[in-house]
Amino acid sequence: MSRRLPKKDVVIIGLGWTGAIMAQELTEEGLEVVAIERGPWRDAPTDFPPTYMQDELRYRIRHELFLSPAQNTFTFRNKVNQTALPIRSWGAFMPGNGVGGAGVHWNGEIWRFLPSDFVLKSHLTQRYGAKFLPPDMSIQDWGLTYDELEPHYDRFEYLCGASGTAGNIKGTIQAGGNPFEGPRSRPYPTPAQEQPFGYQLYAKAARELGYKPFPQPSANLSTPYQNELGMRLGACTYCGFCEWFGCANYSKASPQTTVLPVLVRKPNFSARTNCEVLKINTDSSGKRATGVTFVDSSGEEWEQPAELVILAAFSLFNVQLLLHSGIGRPYDPISQKGVIGRNYTHQTISSALGFFDNKKYNFNPFIASGSIGMCIDEFNGDNFDHGPHGFVGGGYMGHVQTGARPIETTPTPPGTPKWGAAWKKAVRDNYLSTVKPGTGVHGSFYAYRDVYLDLDPTYKDRFGRPMMRMTIDLHDNELKQNRFLTDKFGEIIQAMGAREVVKQYRTAPYDITTYQTTHVNGGVIMGTDPNTSALNRYLQCWDVPNLFVTGASAFPQNAGYNPTGTVGALAYWAAAAIRNRYLKRTGMLLDA
Amino acid sequence: MRERRSAARRLAAMLAAAAVLAWPVVLEAGQVDPQDFAQVEKGRYLAVVADCASCHTVPESGQPYAGGRAIETPFGNLVAPNITPDQGTGIGAWSDADFDAAVRKGRRPDGSRLYPAMPFDAYTKMSRDDVLAIRAYLNTVPRARNVVEANTLPFPYNVRSVMSVWDGLYFTEGEYRPDANKSAEWNRGAYLVTGPAHCPACHTPKSFLGGDKESRYLQGSPLQGWFAPNITDGNSTGLGRWSSDDVVLYLKTGHNRIDAATGPMAEVIELSSSQMTDTDLKAIAMYLKSLTEAGDAPASLDARDPRMVAGQAIYRDQCSACHGLDGDGTPQLFPSLAKSSVVLAEDPASLIRIVLRGARSAATAAEPTAPGMPSYGEQLDDAQVAAVLTFIRNGWGSGASAVSPSVVASARSHLAARPD
Repeated sequence: MSRRLPKKDVVIIGLGWTGAIMAQELTEEGLEVVAIERGPWRDAPTDFPPTYMQDELRYRIRHELFLSPAQNTFTFRNKVNQTALPIRSWGAFMPGNGVGGAGVHWNGEIWRFLPSDFVLKSHLTQRYGAKFLPPDMSIQDWGLTYDELEPHYDRFEYLCGASGTAGNIKGTIQAGGNPFEGPRSRPYPTPAQEQPFGYQLYAKAARELGYKPFPQPSANLSTPYQNELGMRLGACTYCGFCEWFGCANYSKASPQTTVLPVLVRKPNFSARTNCEVLKINTDSSGKRATGVTFVDSSGEEWEQPAELVILAAFSLFNVQLLLHSGIGRPYDPISQKGVIGRNYTHQTISSALGFFDNKKYNFNPFIASGSIGMCIDEFNGDNFDHGPHGFVGGGYMGHVQTGARPIETTPTPPGTPKWGAAWKKAVRDNYLSTVKPGTGVHGSFYAYRDVYLDLDPTYKDRFGRPMMRMTIDLHDNELKQNRFLTDKFGEIIQAMGAREVVKQYRTAPYDITTYQTTHVNGGVIMGTDPNTSALNRYLQCWDVPNLFVTGASAFPQNAGYNPTGTVGALAYWAAAAIRNRYLKRTGMLLDA
Repeated sequence: MRERRSAARRLAAMLAAAAVLAWPVVLEAGQVDPQDFAQVEKGRYLAVVADCASCHTVPESGQPYAGGRAIETPFGNLVAPNITPDQGTGIGAWSDADFDAAVRKGRRPDGSRLYPAMPFDAYTKMSRDDVLAIRAYLNTVPRARNVVEANTLPFPYNVRSVMSVWDGLYFTEGEYRPDANKSAEWNRGAYLVTGPAHCPACHTPKSFLGGDKESRYLQGSPLQGWFAPNITDGNSTGLGRWSSDDVVLYLKTGHNRIDAATGPMAEVIELSSSQMTDTDLKAIAMYLKSLTEAGDAPASLDARDPRMVAGQAIYRDQCSACHGLDGDGTPQLFPSLAKSSVVLAEDPASLIRIVLRGARSAATAAEPTAPGMPSYGEQLDDAQVAAVLTFIRNGWGSGASAVSPSVVASARSHLAARPD
């Protein structure tokens, strides 16, 4: 029996990037907004202070900033005919936890998707013919175009103070930037980060091979910045503890450093932390959300009624909550019917290590930021002719090593023993002279009929509800794409002057224990057809018009970039639709 | 479960609602109508300048001016009374004369004496009209039933009559008298500083009886485990390196190119000075910058001094990421230690406190970031804290006394007993 709280105008589930943006935008309309967050309140100087944040054991190895699987986990299998088992320790991805969400521990790689990515199916069909695509590939167009999203990319980048070199301003190609990117309305708010020696060497080698390298767009700032809300950020110190860590130098854009201090000053905003939403409630018609039910840390259940519900949790939890709430028809891979859980995707990444002569090369690899690096985009999306290669998709490839944190950064050449004096010597000999580009090949992951999310028939969560089950494997298209890209990438590392290059291809089956970015997408996808998408192009739920679902769960498939830039842009896009249209006339937002 | 909200905003909302609840007041002949908008608005502004809410409102209580907040003094704690118009527990039954006597003379309606934690020695500089405007405004706030036992001092300080001795020694009654040789702006600044804004209450050193040492007017004083710094224009420890614009920006936003407000001053800025008019802030800056002070800055310690060598190494490891290798920081975000007068203050209490315990800077509408300094109390021992502070006080061409490990040790044990 839950106790009922006074009604609010808006309830937001999850206070990460999109929850914070939505709260900021909707409180500006004068609405009473409450955000309900499963994890703790987190504040930069007190929760990730520079006094102890650079602790690889605590944060990387022991996952302190991430959700505990004991609180919530999923079951996993590769194939539809297998039995899934629960994930007991995070591996392939790291769900964030608490206020700020994954925006606390992200690397700050702040990309835009290509214009063709948003019209992927029609673009590829037009260029190569429908038969070129694998028959079980279920890619779709997004229902909105790059040009429509551009002003919202711009807002998110200016919220963050993103550092980068523009490649295309209003159609004019800019020297030093990414010539393949869609047109931007103006330059990045701050100049690109400085690039240490190894990254510059990569750019030189890439140029010599005929590519056009550019600095990775970064939400770790090159210079101090003040955003439109008055929030101040400082310049990054290149400490090399971004990924897995929070930043208390105020130099990584996060909800804490760009939005939340403004939000907490507002009398029409409040937040409840350590409160987990169990269900989005609907009225008897099932067509209208009435609010949410949540449980606090004492186990007490509460009902929070609201006029408008924004589901802004991490992508996987958006899908899970809709499945548990009975909103939208669950996806069935056999009949191809249903939408919740459909088109689940991840990222196809790989790398190539370069071992260099340590008498000639010292890369000082600990000088880094989470989004340091030089990249090329010649092999992303449909920037090249796929005709001869027999696959679709691609990715950026860059030397984007995010640091040289000692526990994980012990690359040794093939043939080195795994332990003992010889291993120690090899680590010592190679620590400063190895190029270890992290997610060097950042490939797309397209959607397939048999890659999806649903409720597990066997395993239950701590509330006695079915766990969510993920069914995911790598398909031939992605494996071919990865082999092609990794080989191209290896050529650049070789051209840097490496003594030995070790290519680490992505291989099937999909391995849930190996980290492959936290870019898990889809499951509540946007589109133009209620039969194949859960949301309309404004992230509004087709079945429940007073419910909007933000985040990467809306991606119909994943592009060859990090998702956060697009996630932020989509949040601003949906917020604008709510502010300019929905609040004037509630109901389904349809275009004339 | 936790609900976060801005107390200040909530307070504003409640004040708006309060208008309809105002207690009826009987007009005296010749008196300004206390319900007149201009009178209430004047009183609201003066209540902000006088920072009444700082003591008379418990933060986050949702009960503006209902009292109950403990005020720490060297003699023990006093508790600020309820000054809402409640008849029984507030000041609703007071006459205007009672109110004026309390604010400007330190006398309670029964004739007994107020403790000078209520800065009547500053408020006496206000005119009767000013004080009655504040009264008019307080009449519009929601009545709160809240019984406050104000006097929680130990013997003998709990005997109010002993205050007659204090009043005799330190209290000069009387309105501010403009100096005809100075500009109107200077006089406005002097009135605000010495009167309603009561800056000397914290920034002028006190005698052992808690009275102002007039010879060291506004030259800095210990306060609740902090050191309220020198705010005269004198040497490196004062506002000498600050322009008038720096002073205005600091009071308006809590931050400027050199420093950030923390501790009690952050609260003063949030509740009071950030809401003052630019004209008044400029007047305050002009007046403070006119207060010159003789005396040379101490010489720098030798860079080869072992404390300096150790301090510099610690600084590079622990501090330079934000404050910079050159100590310049980032304007409006990380204070410039090389230029900060807090760093060079004769008494390093604030510095020690900030390093041991960390600090949160002021949050204002113009500068909402409120950057925080983490606590190094667990990480650095007393000798290390002393060394790094000695270094930053002498590291960039400035000079200030070395900080000794024993002072840090005593601050550490003193701070351990503090709640915040």
